[in-house]
Amino acid sequence: MQEMVIEERRADVPLIISSNRTTERTMDVKVATKNVDAFFGKTQALHGISLDVPRNTVVAIIGPSGCGKSTFLRCLNRMHEVAGGTRTGTIMVDGDDIDHYDPVVLRRRVGMVFQKPNPFPTMSIFDNVAAGLRLNGMVKKNTLSETVERSLRQAALFDEVKDILDRSGVSLSGGQQQRLCIARALAVDPEVILMDEPASALDPIATAKIEELIQALKKNYTIIIVTHNMQQAARVSDETAFFYLGELIEFDETDRLFTSPQKKQTEDYITGRFG
Amino acid sequence: MTTISTHTTILIRERTGGEKSSPPEGVSTGAKHRNANLGDAAFKIVTQIFAFLVFALVFVMAFEMYRGSEDSIKKFGWSFLTNTVWDPVKDEYGALVFIFGTMVSSLLALFLALPLSVGVAIFLSELAPRWLERPVSFVIELLAAIPSIVYGLWGIFVLVPWLRTSVEPALVKNLGFLPFFEGPPYGFGMLAAGIVLAIMVIPIITSISRDVLRAIPMAQREAALALGATRWETTKIVLSDGKSGLLGATLLGLGRAVGETMAVTMVIGNRPEISASLFAPGYTMASVIANEFAEATSELYTSSLIELALLLFVITVLLNGVARIIVWSTTKKFKTV
Ligand SMILES: Nc1ncnc2c1ncn2[C@@H]1O[C@H](COP(=O)(O)OP(=O)(O)OP(=O)(O)O)[C@@H](O)[C@H]1O
Ligand SMILES: [Mg+2]
Repeated sequence: MQEMVIEERRADVPLIISSNRTTERTMDVKVATKNVDAFFGKTQALHGISLDVPRNTVVAIIGPSGCGKSTFLRCLNRMHEVAGGTRTGTIMVDGDDIDHYDPVVLRRRVGMVFQKPNPFPTMSIFDNVAAGLRLNGMVKKNTLSETVERSLRQAALFDEVKDILDRSGVSLSGGQQQRLCIARALAVDPEVILMDEPASALDPIATAKIEELIQALKKNYTIIIVTHNMQQAARVSDETAFFYLGELIEFDETDRLFTSPQKKQTEDYITGRFG
Repeated sequence: MTTISTHTTILIRERTGGEKSSPPEGVSTGAKHRNANLGDAAFKIVTQIFAFLVFALVFVMAFEMYRGSEDSIKKFGWSFLTNTVWDPVKDEYGALVFIFGTMVSSLLALFLALPLSVGVAIFLSELAPRWLERPVSFVIELLAAIPSIVYGLWGIFVLVPWLRTSVEPALVKNLGFLPFFEGPPYGFGMLAAGIVLAIMVIPIITSISRDVLRAIPMAQREAALALGATRWETTKIVLSDGKSGLLGATLLGLGRAVGETMAVTMVIGNRPEISASLFAPGYTMASVIANEFAEATSELYTSSLIELALLLFVITVLLNGVARIIVWSTTKKFKTV
């Protein structure tokens, strides 16, 4: 029922978004934001962000600390309002205004991985991955374990944990915990995955694993990743957005943004002149 | 002499500290250095003695109670715990009736207080806006500061008549087939004691549960919400994260209920009986000690009362100790996660 509604609305997409981009381009847009302002009380953290994220790509968000990267990401699955923030402007997923969604439904379509791994400490590895499925009402034992296994494989964790699925999620190493959190997010089969500095707490090997993973996940998902690490942005992303003081300064293909930035601030930032 | 020299060294240290900005330890002259260390050492020893005194106090109390109850322990042995007879005329003493009274009234109190306390704790830590959270917390903590005699008086003049005329008859009419709601509605009895105790343990269970829930990191709630959990589902995950801490809070409440004397004595009826009915009067360990100690005529009588006190001491120390450890370890666990 719901699927049908979504399909119907998808057909409207080109009509709604009449930006200067071409129609084919618009057809491919998975997440579109328009004039998004975000506030914490009276302080404004985002100023008129308009950005289109194409389907099945990895978009990196870079910028100095405090420029609103996390805030932007958290607007996309309406976690911003959980922390007491407010927002104006429109955000569309597949052409549907996310304000028309129940946030609970939205967050099942737009998953999130946090900076610090946050598995549920009282749950086993299996139950951690199954947590979202159980929330969705999936309780049948074999479908559950199939999905858990598939998600763990997708997160490149299955081989390491297949014999200890009933152990606590916090008994794993930091990198494993983060992949567990990725598996947990994947299990509910989202369409978009938001990652807020997913590798910043990890060592280089674990980071490389996560980066590999992001590349592999791109085939099936649309990924938006916040990172402080410009090499990482260059390695994993197709397009990169540079934020500065709550504004979107530049948004372009990653190669182009890093080799020939159009804006002075972008150039200063990527050449390490500030931030 | 020593105190004076310690005092001057401190002054010297402060002065030098004021003149030079944070001088490194080694800069001061040899003599000053030694004195300063002496002062610190003395300070350390004094505080250590105080800390040790606290331990000593507990052990001396336990030992004294043990000595006072030696007669009774020798005479009755373990059967003191299982004997239901408490008869000063025949000089025979058994504690079971009082153990029963204490346990039933306390568990009844927990049964009534727990849902409410955890509910309020959830409200305070998960749902309440800031401006509401403070006053509610304040009032809850205020409840803990009211002297128990006030609760007792309220019990006698308000609760007991209400139970006798309204609640107990209604329970008999509707649930009279259960053994818990049998017999004449006196008002005074287990039910009254349980309710008064419940009100008295609500503050401690609520405030500790709230602290336990607050210690669970925001990241846990965000993880749940980001998976598409509803408010209630998120709360369930938070509760399961904190369940051992909540158990600790419950045990602390139990410890408080078990030891509470005044208010219970005023409403429980003080009759050494074991009855399944909550309407029946009962008697608790704390109440019997308070009521009968002054008129204990024989050595054995006194000794038996002291043994009751020892029992109460051991139970409350164990309950509180275990509870504190549980609460402490859960809140600590989440600080490091
Ligand atoms: N909960 C909050 N309450 C008030 N202001 C906040 C809150 N969270 C963030 N801010 C403010 O919003 C602005 C953007 O913060 P945000 O966390 O989005 O930055 P960021 O780009 O993710 O930084 P970092 O790279 O350090 O994670 C900052 O100026 C910050 O001070
Ligand atoms: Mg951030």
